[in-house]
Amino acid sequence: MKELMNLETNPPPGIRIRSEDCDAFNEWLVDLKGAENTLYEGEEFQLLFKFNGRYPFDSPEVTFTGSNIPCHPHIYTNGHICLSILTDDWSPALTVESVCLSIVSMLSSCKEKKSPPDNSLYVMKAGKNPKKTRWWYHDDNV
Amino acid sequence: MDSEEEMYDESEEEEVSDDDHNMVMEPEVSSTTATYDSQDETYPHEVLSPEMIVQHMIDCIKDVNTIVELPATITRILLNHFKWDKEKLIEKYYDGDQEKLFAEAHIISPSRRGQASGSSNQVSVSSTTRSTRSRAAATGRSADCEICFSTLPTTVMTGLECGHLFCEQCWSMYLTSKILHEGISETISCPAHVCGILVDDATVMRLVRDQRVRLKYQHLITNSFVECNRLLRWCPAADCGRAIRVNYVDSKPVTCTCGHRFCFSCAESWHDPVKCFWLKKWVKKCDDDSETSNWIAANTKECPKCQVTIEKDGGCNHMICRNQSCKADFCWVCLGPWEPHGSSWAALQRYLHYCNRYMNHMQSLKFEHKLYAKIKAKMEEMQKHNMSWIEVQFLKKAVDVLCQCRQTLMFTYVFAFYLKKNNQSIIFEDNQRDLEQATEQLSEYLERDITSDILIDIKQKVQDKFRYCDTRRSVLLAHVHEGYEKELWEYQGSL
Repeated sequence: MKELMNLETNPPPGIRIRSEDCDAFNEWLVDLKGAENTLYEGEEFQLLFKFNGRYPFDSPEVTFTGSNIPCHPHIYTNGHICLSILTDDWSPALTVESVCLSIVSMLSSCKEKKSPPDNSLYVMKAGKNPKKTRWWYHDDNV
Repeated sequence: MDSEEEMYDESEEEEVSDDDHNMVMEPEVSSTTATYDSQDETYPHEVLSPEMIVQHMIDCIKDVNTIVELPATITRILLNHFKWDKEKLIEKYYDGDQEKLFAEAHIISPSRRGQASGSSNQVSVSSTTRSTRSRAAATGRSADCEICFSTLPTTVMTGLECGHLFCEQCWSMYLTSKILHEGISETISCPAHVCGILVDDATVMRLVRDQRVRLKYQHLITNSFVECNRLLRWCPAADCGRAIRVNYVDSKPVTCTCGHRFCFSCAESWHDPVKCFWLKKWVKKCDDDSETSNWIAANTKECPKCQVTIEKDGGCNHMICRNQSCKADFCWVCLGPWEPHGSSWAALQRYLHYCNRYMNHMQSLKFEHKLYAKIKAKMEEMQKHNMSWIEVQFLKKAVDVLCQCRQTLMFTYVFAFYLKKNNQSIIFEDNQRDLEQATEQLSEYLERDITSDILIDIKQKVQDKFRYCDTRRSVLLAHVHEGYEKELWEYQGSL
């Protein structure tokens, strides 16, 4: 896949694809570094991308995974992310790279580390696949 | 418009001739039915076949195009944006900011479109919205498709007026995915990120070759046309596929060519005397109430005397156990003995009381087609016993009346459930009880086996009974409607 090669050879700062853990057509693991001068500076996160047969016409399933899940008003403690481009606003012209950049920018613009207000209820009720959740995109500011 | 009316006339004629040849027994609004069925005529409506719906859509586009003079594909998107309200479109088009209107409808204004196509030879590119990569596409000979990352000559790439170019294969897969998997037709936008420009139908037809996908797309387009248009409504009968067109929206009955009669406003079966609001509340209550859904699930009951399991598959509530050693005579609703009917009813809880009756009439109505078939057989049999075809028609008429009465009764329970007790409600309940009893008697007559020796006797009885039922039904409805006009009805629970 061209997209994978591209990301391996030219990774944007703070993003590293773990090609050794990637199954080219199903799942990718991506390491993410918190940007400098933000609340997440120095932290490292892992994103799991799952693709179905209709990618890129259908959005990938993207969740935080591993031991460190960022504490952020749009990220639930089970790793689910409330981000419109991952469901309703997905476009086939988006890539893993652009999704990662969106998530880094979402983290960077955060002013206070706190979990979503409905976290405990959501985590208790949500299934494994975040795409099955009807997201309600509250605000675009954070 | 003329051709539509002609088509409608044809379809009506067809139905009539069907009746003549095959004696198809469908409930019809005949001239002798009670006053309250003539509401059909006071509310003009037209039945549209699937082909007529498409034609109607094309006519709507043409109508607007003679005024606004835009390409048909643009008019289509604009009309959809205004939920197919022609007047509103024209008003906004001439009174407001046209550029703003096009932006809101997610289309590139045709005036800008003209300039753009002049500046580039291959594909028209708007000067304002372009992504970085497709800018290269417009100037160079080859470009990357942003979806599959293939580098291709620009001649095999295509795009909308917004200028975002993708290869034709990706376009086709993108559209197929939207149409087949997401079921979207009117709101497919350019695949570029945050580009909301809508794909027009001509583009879809150009880029999608698969016949199955094209057909699905046409279905979706027609569906959205009917669903968005407030003057159109799908006939809710299963597999009907026709739509009803009206000139103004009202909660009045409309009758489809398939015979289904429903309320245009809420699409439920015609529910006179109860109003849409209360019926909706009732249906929701029934759905929510788990106790009731359990009750609905139980279609079988046990004979109160010998405990044999009975499935009710006919209309009448007067049950006689078929178990030869039992032959218990009981009421299906309360499972009490049939004879002292009246006293045991009060013992039931209020909600279950209304719900039981509502459900029972609904259940009986579901077996309507069975009863028609049974009566048809009886009519044929009676014709063997020296009765002419015309002489046995009273039976069909009796079933028509029976069904109408059951339908009305069913909804009187919804009406009554929310009604606060006052002098008028007592009169209403008397009317209801009277109609209910007469209806059950009529139903019983029709269930009874007809033998030649009691033929004349039963004909007289059935005729008297259905005329009585018909009159009582009119009286009940007239009383409720009078109450609406004079505001005599008070409701339990807030509006």
